[in-house]
Amino acid sequence: MNQSNNSFDNASDKKLILKAENLKQHYHVRQGFFKPDAVVKAVDGISFNLEKGKTLAVVGESGCGKSTLGRMLTMIETPTGGSLAHLGEDLLTLSSDAQAKLRQKIQIIFQNPYGSLNPRKKIGAILEEPLVINTKLSKAERKEKSLAIMAKVGLKAEHYERYPHMFSGGQRQRIAIARGLMLDPNVIVADEPVSALDVSVQAQVLNLMMDLQQEFGLSYVFISHDLSVVEHIADDVMVMYLGKVVEQGTREQLFENPKHPYTLALLSSTPQLSPDKRRVRIKLQGELPSPLNPPSGCAFHGRCSYANERCKSETPVLRLDENTTQEKDHLIACHAVEEKRIDIISQGAA
Amino acid sequence: MTTSTTTSTTNTPSIAPVPMTPAQEFWHYFSSNKGAVAGLVVIFIICFMAVFANWVAPHSPSDQYRDALLLPPAWLEGGNWSFVLGTDDVGRDILSRLIYGSRLSIAVGIVAVTASLIMGILLGLVAGYFRGMIDTAIMRIVDIMLAMPSLLLAIAIVAILGPSIVNAALAISIVSLPHYVRLTRAATMAEMSRDYVTSSKVIGAGPLRLMFVCILPNCLAPLIVQATLGFSSAILDMAALGFLGLGAQPPTPEWGSMLADALQFVQRAWWVVTFPGLMILITVLAFNLMGDGLRDALDPKLKQ
Repeated sequence: MNQSNNSFDNASDKKLILKAENLKQHYHVRQGFFKPDAVVKAVDGISFNLEKGKTLAVVGESGCGKSTLGRMLTMIETPTGGSLAHLGEDLLTLSSDAQAKLRQKIQIIFQNPYGSLNPRKKIGAILEEPLVINTKLSKAERKEKSLAIMAKVGLKAEHYERYPHMFSGGQRQRIAIARGLMLDPNVIVADEPVSALDVSVQAQVLNLMMDLQQEFGLSYVFISHDLSVVEHIADDVMVMYLGKVVEQGTREQLFENPKHPYTLALLSSTPQLSPDKRRVRIKLQGELPSPLNPPSGCAFHGRCSYANERCKSETPVLRLDENTTQEKDHLIACHAVEEKRIDIISQGAA
Repeated sequence: MTTSTTTSTTNTPSIAPVPMTPAQEFWHYFSSNKGAVAGLVVIFIICFMAVFANWVAPHSPSDQYRDALLLPPAWLEGGNWSFVLGTDDVGRDILSRLIYGSRLSIAVGIVAVTASLIMGILLGLVAGYFRGMIDTAIMRIVDIMLAMPSLLLAIAIVAILGPSIVNAALAISIVSLPHYVRLTRAATMAEMSRDYVTSSKVIGAGPLRLMFVCILPNCLAPLIVQATLGFSSAILDMAALGFLGLGAQPPTPEWGSMLADALQFVQRAWWVVTFPGLMILITVLAFNLMGDGLRDALDPKLKQ
C-alpha cells in the first residue's frame, strides 16, 4: 500500500494513533436452501492513518459501509480481514484481556442520542458505568470525575440526578460525548453524531467536539453524509462508495480540487451560500447498487457519466493522482481521472 | 396525588414546571383508570385480611359448632349474627374460613408468581441474549409446555409429586413459566439492538452486567403486567387443584377445596358454595383490573 508508506515518511515526527490496513468486513448471507451463501462485502479493503489530534471524516451515502467501518474500529464487530493497529499494537491479534484494555481507548458516539442512553438510568449512573467496569475508583472519586467531565461538555451539576428523557436531543448528545470521554480515550468514532439534531444545535455540538479535541488531544473518526459538516471539522477526508474508498485526501484537496466523479457529484449536491462557490449540479441516476450483486469493474460505472468500457471490466486501484504529483496523499480510484478524461468534460460543462 | 401536583404548579407560575418523576408519571396514568384503582383497593383489603386474619376473623377456621350446622347467612331467616355468612356442614364459620383462605391464596399466588418470574426471566434473558443453540433448546421446551393444557400439566405434576399446597404452588409456577420466558426473550431481543446496549459493550460490560443491569430493567414493564395477571390465574389454578383434591388438604381453609367439600349441599344450602366462589371471582377480577391498569401505565405505546 503505497499511501501508508507515503504518510509514514512525512509523519515520522507526528504520533500515529490508529492505522488501518486493508480492513475488510464480509458477511455471509444465506440465500436459500439450495443456493450457495452470498458474500456481502460491506467494507472491502480500507486503509488509513489517523494522527493524534486529527479528524478523519468518512463520507458516503447510506449503505456504503461507513457505519460498518465505525463498528469495526470500536471492535463491536471483528473485521474479517486486514489489520488495525492502535499505537503500534495490532488490535486483532491480541488476547481478549489486552483487547478489552485497549478497547477503552477507542470510544464511539452514536447517531441517535434518543437510543444511546439507557432510559432507566440517571445521568450520573450512565457516566460512571465505564469507571465502575474498568477502574477501581471509589464512589466519591467517580462522582468527582463525572461532574468534572459534565462541566467540560456544558452540563450542569444538577443534571447528575436526572433521567435521559428529561433532556433535549442536543443535551443528550453532550451526555453521550461525556460518556465517551470518561475513560480518557485517544480515539472517538463519531457515527453521524449531529445528523439527528437541529441545525442550530449541530453547530454547538460540533464546536464542543472541536474544543474537546484541542483540550484532550483527541483523534476523531467522523462518519457523516453531510459535507458541510465535514468541511467544518475534518483534517482528512475519505469518500466511500459501496465498501471501497474512491477518493482520499486532505480537506483542502478534496474540497478545493475534487477529482473523482462521485466526489464531484456529492459536492455539487451540497447547498452553497455564496454564488461564486456554487457548482454545476450533477444529478446521479439510480440507487446505490446492491452489495449482494456488485457491478463488475468500477462499482460506480452504472451512475457515472464518464464511464467507458474499461470502467465496466477493470476495477480501478486507489492510487496517487499523477497529474498533481506535489500533493502526495491525494488518492483516487478512477480510470477516467487517470486517463485525463474528466478535466476536459467538466471544464466544458463549467 | 395528580391533582395536588397540578395545582401546585399552577399556583406558582414563576417556577418552571418540574418534569414528573417516573413514579408520578406512573401514578398519573394508573389513576386515570378507575377500574384499576378499584382493583388495587380490593387487593389491599384482601391482603389486609390475609395478614391480620387472626384479629379480623370472628372465629377460628377449624372450630366446629355442632349446634349450628349449615346455618344460613345472618340476614336470612334462621341466621345468626355471630356467623355472618353462615356455617358449613360441620358447623365452621364460613366468613372466618374465607378470611383465613385468603392467606393461603395470596401466599400461593406470591410463591407461584415469584418462582415462575425468576425462572422465566433467567431462561428468557439467556435465550434472548445468547441466541443460537441455547435459544432453540429453551424455546422448543417452552413450546412443548405450551402444547399441553396447563391444568392437565399441573395435575400431572401434582400427581407425580403428591398432593400438597407446596407441590400445587410448584406445579402452577411451572405451568405458567412459558409466558414469562417468551415475554422476556422477546423484550431482550428488542433491547439488544438498541444503541445503549452497544455502548455499554464498547465500555467493556460483560454478559452478566449487560443482561441484568443494562437490559433487564428495560424489559420489566411487560413482565410486571404479566405477573399481575399471572397472580390471578395462579389463584384460579390453585382453586381448581383444591377443588380436585390435589391442593390444600382438609381441614386447611382454601377457597377451591371449600367449594369441593360443600358441593353436595348446593341444593339445600346455596351459601356454602356461593361465597367461596364469589371470593375467587372478586380476587381474580381485582387482579385482572389492576393488571390492565398497569399495562396502560407502563406501556409507552398506550400513552398519549
